[in-house]
Amino acid sequence: MLTLTCPCCGISAEETELAPGGEAHLKRFGPGSSDDEFESYLFARKNPKGVHFERWRHAYGCGKWFLAARDTVTLEVFGTYKAQTPYPTPEIVAAIQAKRPDWKPDWHQPSVNTTTTPAESLTE
Amino acid sequence: MAEALARITQLQDLGMIQIRADLAALGDVIAKAVGVAIPAQTSVSTNGNRSLCWMSHDELLLVLPKPEAVAATAALTDAFGSSHSLALDVSDMRAAFSIDGAKALHVLQKLCPADLASMPQDGMRRTRAAQVACGIWRREGGYVLIGFRSVGDYLRGLLQGAARPGTQLDPR
Repeated sequence: MLTLTCPCCGISAEETELAPGGEAHLKRFGPGSSDDEFESYLFARKNPKGVHFERWRHAYGCGKWFLAARDTVTLEVFGTYKAQTPYPTPEIVAAIQAKRPDWKPDWHQPSVNTTTTPAESLTE
Repeated sequence: MAEALARITQLQDLGMIQIRADLAALGDVIAKAVGVAIPAQTSVSTNGNRSLCWMSHDELLLVLPKPEAVAATAALTDAFGSSHSLALDVSDMRAAFSIDGAKALHVLQKLCPADLASMPQDGMRRTRAAQVACGIWRREGGYVLIGFRSVGDYLRGLLQGAARPGTQLDPR
């Protein structure tokens, strides 16, 4: 059984109280993008055996979306964090590396930007 | 015949007002308009016969006697003015049940995937009861469970089934 703590309301919710939302941190390629980019945005998913970042919604609770880092093999949960996060937070990365020393982030985070973007302030 | 685990009663006189607003900005306005303090996260605050339940970061539920609901909705709407917010009388949208008795917790534990035993005295838990969404808080001698009226018959059947005599969770 998967139990995730919703970062919005702090309740530890069991899997059946949540609605899954697939892979997290997808970058949208919409109008103006190439066919390859659009196809990859629509269909290409990582489907890893190991550390995975996912979207979940606390459907039978506060109703908010949030993100979770977990292991798809062991079902171990490394942490949950807010949906308004462009990349997994340093705390999440540290929690994963504490358990999986070989694991490396596979994204290249642009220079840390502490200001809130308009999109973030809208969804807060 | 053994006794049922709990008394299940449908509460007909419970008025409910859904409040959606930016609680950080409008919390004081709401507290003043309804006369109840803003509850902490996942809890209920009570003043007399009115309670404010925390539903999410931008949603509260005001529970009050049904005859007061219309006036309270109007008072809230007035207090909000032009700010981005909503006060809606949802009394007729909901079915509410009281689950009273020493083994009331057993009834809920059969139906909800939530740790209700450790819920604080003033706690509010939104979860599901079997297949439908519900909200649960404590009252004197038991619990109150609310759900949608469209599934009210289902909820009543569920609760009465879970309260059948001799079905307690303790070992016999």
